[in-house]
Amino acid sequence: MGALMGGVMRPVFKSRNRSFLVFGIVFLSLVGFVNCTKKGDTGASAQADLQALVLGEFGTMTGPESTFGISTHRGIMMAVEEANASGGIQGKPIKVISLDDQGRSDEAVTAVTKLVTQENVQLILGEVASSRSIAAAPVAQKYKVPMISPSSTNPRVTQVGDFIFRVCFIDPFQGKVMAKFAAQNLKMKTAAILRDIKSDYSVGLADFFAEDFQKMGGKIISDLSYSSGDADFKAQLTAIKLKKPDVLFIPGYYTEVGLIARQARELNYNGVLMGGDGWDSAKLTEIGGKAVVGGYFGSHYSTQERQAGRAKFRREVQGKVQRGSSQRPGGHGLRRGTCGDCSGPEVVDLSAYRFARCCGAN
Amino acid sequence: MADTHSLFFGDEDGIKTPWQILGFALLVLVLMGVSALIESNINPYVQRIIVNCGIGIILGLSLNLVNGCAGQFSLGHAGFMAVGAYISAYLTTVLMPFGGFFQTELGVGVAVVAGGLAAALSGYIVGLPSLRLRGDYLAIVTLGFGEIIRIVFLNISAVGGPRGLPGIPLASNFFWVYLWAVVTFAVIYRLIHSSAGRAILSVREDEISSQSMGVNVSHYKVVAFVVSAFFAGVAGGLFAHYQGFIDPNTFNFNRSVEVVIMVVIGGMGSFSGAVIGAILVTMLPELLRFFAEYRMVIFSALLVLVLHRPAEFLVGTRSGRPLGFLS
Repeated sequence: MGALMGGVMRPVFKSRNRSFLVFGIVFLSLVGFVNCTKKGDTGASAQADLQALVLGEFGTMTGPESTFGISTHRGIMMAVEEANASGGIQGKPIKVISLDDQGRSDEAVTAVTKLVTQENVQLILGEVASSRSIAAAPVAQKYKVPMISPSSTNPRVTQVGDFIFRVCFIDPFQGKVMAKFAAQNLKMKTAAILRDIKSDYSVGLADFFAEDFQKMGGKIISDLSYSSGDADFKAQLTAIKLKKPDVLFIPGYYTEVGLIARQARELNYNGVLMGGDGWDSAKLTEIGGKAVVGGYFGSHYSTQERQAGRAKFRREVQGKVQRGSSQRPGGHGLRRGTCGDCSGPEVVDLSAYRFARCCGAN
Repeated sequence: MADTHSLFFGDEDGIKTPWQILGFALLVLVLMGVSALIESNINPYVQRIIVNCGIGIILGLSLNLVNGCAGQFSLGHAGFMAVGAYISAYLTTVLMPFGGFFQTELGVGVAVVAGGLAAALSGYIVGLPSLRLRGDYLAIVTLGFGEIIRIVFLNISAVGGPRGLPGIPLASNFFWVYLWAVVTFAVIYRLIHSSAGRAILSVREDEISSQSMGVNVSHYKVVAFVVSAFFAGVAGGLFAHYQGFIDPNTFNFNRSVEVVIMVVIGGMGSFSGAVIGAILVTMLPELLRFFAEYRMVIFSALLVLVLHRPAEFLVGTRSGRPLGFLS
């Protein structure tokens, strides 16, 4: 490296200032590296961390997919603040180190490697998306640091190894619950499926729903697909409408679901709309408007749940939401089981909150 | 291609072939030693960044051949990388012919080369018609190619479709990546200093005059494109076997832009520039983690600062002899 850098000097001679700038950057980078190395080697930070319980979080904080990552982060921070306010875990405060992966699986691997080998975290929280969890999980497994995903619903995530956990349901379960709800609670006989062919989540969930709905005596009379990013679904919806299914199951993400719902109502399709946790965003009503009202989706949390502590928690969240818009946690969560009432406050990713709190308790 | 001979065995610099072989053997030994040292002494996170730098260097050097030396503007490097990554990972993970051969380190090496060859073939297929276009039009065609490749892999369920391909054997390491970086450097250096290289450079300087001097312009553009695609494919293969997991999203348009930045930042056409550009673009986002959510903002600001006058930036050898600093 030295020879290379020495060599570069000569041709740069003319634009000296600029070359100094670059050299500055390269040099600082190298210095930074050496520093990093030393820190990791001496284990000085590990010494300090004995005082606090260090959790590492990796998520998509920047880039086009950052909304879920940011709301998850806020959920975690809320739980950690609460735990620290009540004295931490066995007297030790909790410290969170959050790293951004820009929604890229290779960055996720790098981030988890940093958390484990340099920050010496005792536990890793993340990622939202299954693909990035699957990419990073082998690192956690290799160094035997437990990793807990808040919302990766693909079954393969936890199959990576015995140090990988999740606190959400998996897609087969979600499909089964929605099928049961459609067949037994709503007493629906026929269903149509409109799946996002580009999303593994959507394809998997559609399959599980179809299998269980048929087992429970229902009939799938139409199974069509779209690609995320599409804006016009009228062709599929016209075909579906002709078959008059009682239920239209759309296991996609909120953007397309909103548009599909709107266009279905425009075509005068009056059946029930159903979906999975990909619907769970405040954007759904923004995009779908009245069309999504009366629809059903499965999700990780409902404010109507009657469980100990829920009412208190709900008040806390709403308190935080009102405290100021800059602190307002976004998206994902605090949504009713039905969509009739979607105007409620947009909140923290409660599942993330819940799992951070679980970890805190144990 | 009569001039390919001079690529590997020429004695343009007065170096005779046996010495080259000896030098190469020495290099392999040194790399092995350094690799062993790094693996036992350096924090895995830092190791990971160093290896990512190496992969970046291969990408930067190979794109520099097209964007810098041949004067074309390709925006599809991530596409070639994806071809290399998927073909090699498919061989070692899904297909696994010849028993366990593709699970061994040598087998992975073969798979990486196969990935490179597949990328070169796709480079040939794309390059042949599209290199007749110039400037913006070529950029758009290559951009489109990159996206098409990504979407093709998105729709092939045999390689995992949108959910990606996990469980790829972790066979690449510092040694293999930097060995390939040196090979990339050497081959492209020799290519540029052969008569084919002169022709490629002449195409960059003035297409019409070089055509009137009897240079087969499209031929040399395709040569540059195919060699570039091969190394991009190799980089993809090494990347796949270093990450252990690939998904189509990894090879999106942003990845192509990243490689273009590596080349532009060091000055188009400059070898050392491409190397330093690759190191900067790979390392800076990691070093800027300190700034949390602002790091990409600061990263972009630094790039703008650096790109203010790229031509004479680092090494600025657009008219000089590339790599003059080594002479």
